[in-house]
Amino acid sequence: MITKLANPNSFQKLSDKIYFPCLNLSIFFLVISLYYSFFASPPDYLQGETVRIMYIHVPCAWLSLSTYSLMAVCSFISIVFKHTLADIISRACAPIGACFTLATLITGSIWGKPTWGTWWVWDARLTSELILLFIYVGHIFISNAYNDRRKGDKNAAILTLIGVINLPIIKWSVDWWNTLHQPASISKFSSPSIDQSMLVPLFLMLISFSLFFTTLLILRIKSEIMIRKIEIIEFNQN
Amino acid sequence: MKAKTKRLLSLTSLMVIFAAGCAVIFYNLRGNLVFFYSPTELIEKENSISQKIRLGGMVKKNSVEKKMITENDIKIQKVTFKITDFKNEVIVSYKGILPDLFKEGQGVVVEGKLNDQKGFVALNVLAKHDENYMPPELKGLDLENGAN
Repeated sequence: MITKLANPNSFQKLSDKIYFPCLNLSIFFLVISLYYSFFASPPDYLQGETVRIMYIHVPCAWLSLSTYSLMAVCSFISIVFKHTLADIISRACAPIGACFTLATLITGSIWGKPTWGTWWVWDARLTSELILLFIYVGHIFISNAYNDRRKGDKNAAILTLIGVINLPIIKWSVDWWNTLHQPASISKFSSPSIDQSMLVPLFLMLISFSLFFTTLLILRIKSEIMIRKIEIIEFNQN
Repeated sequence: MKAKTKRLLSLTSLMVIFAAGCAVIFYNLRGNLVFFYSPTELIEKENSISQKIRLGGMVKKNSVEKKMITENDIKIQKVTFKITDFKNEVIVSYKGILPDLFKEGQGVVVEGKLNDQKGFVALNVLAKHDENYMPPELKGLDLENGAN
């Protein structure tokens, strides 16, 4: 089944089927979770209404990391098994991941000013997340830097695999070193240090952001497959 | 050996070596990667007078004193408080406006210098937020089991 899916043509057929359900579901969940995060959840005992920034910030941060993980797996497959679809997915992921990372940094900064009293500090968590943004941007530049797309894909895959070292650093920076950024609230599922009334909108937001990510990803993969087909046709004509 | 297996093996081993190298580097840099020192670390360091450093910990309960002073004909709020890590504590003085979340019993990071009397002169105060989120009604309830 995986080999069948990995064929760009059959993948495109499947993606046509799931694109609209994904889009509709993500809009549906986004409406519900926005209602929950703005109206149906309480303010925090310490931060007050500022806590609502978390409902955007945390899903963005999670997705910035999971998008990168997906890219890393694809880059590995691309280098070892030379599979075109893996390159296509990597290429489709990079700008989406970059946007999530940028949104994480911006919302975090807006939250940091009233809470910490500063827009930005160079602590381990914030710095490593900024480096993630640079890696994403680097990936976009490198993959488009060559006339031959395959060369760009290969070099971008190498960059992605080198940058994997940043993922555990971002994830555990708050536990390994003293940082201004607080440790994760949901590290233990049995007793999260976040009240249930705030956990519900957070999880709804995570679901809707993931669906939104899937929708964008399908759209970008489809267009990337088409671009490659056009290039092949053009190549054959000359 | 097939070319595919060869690539798989060489890439995996390269990544393992790279990860191990990074682990060694970060393990040795761990003292430089901290954003702030705790009072205990600060007292052990001793030699850091005149160097700008950051100190972090809890604001000790009932240790905050605020008074207005006049400096160059401008009224400024002067605050002194103790930062503790429950083993050692350091007296901090600060002139200026505190962030909203600055409270006794809450985390704080101050940026500044040690003076000769083992006190800390802060130039900048940052409130540290912890990982606990809860609605106001639950605050009293959660304090008993919220220590961990």
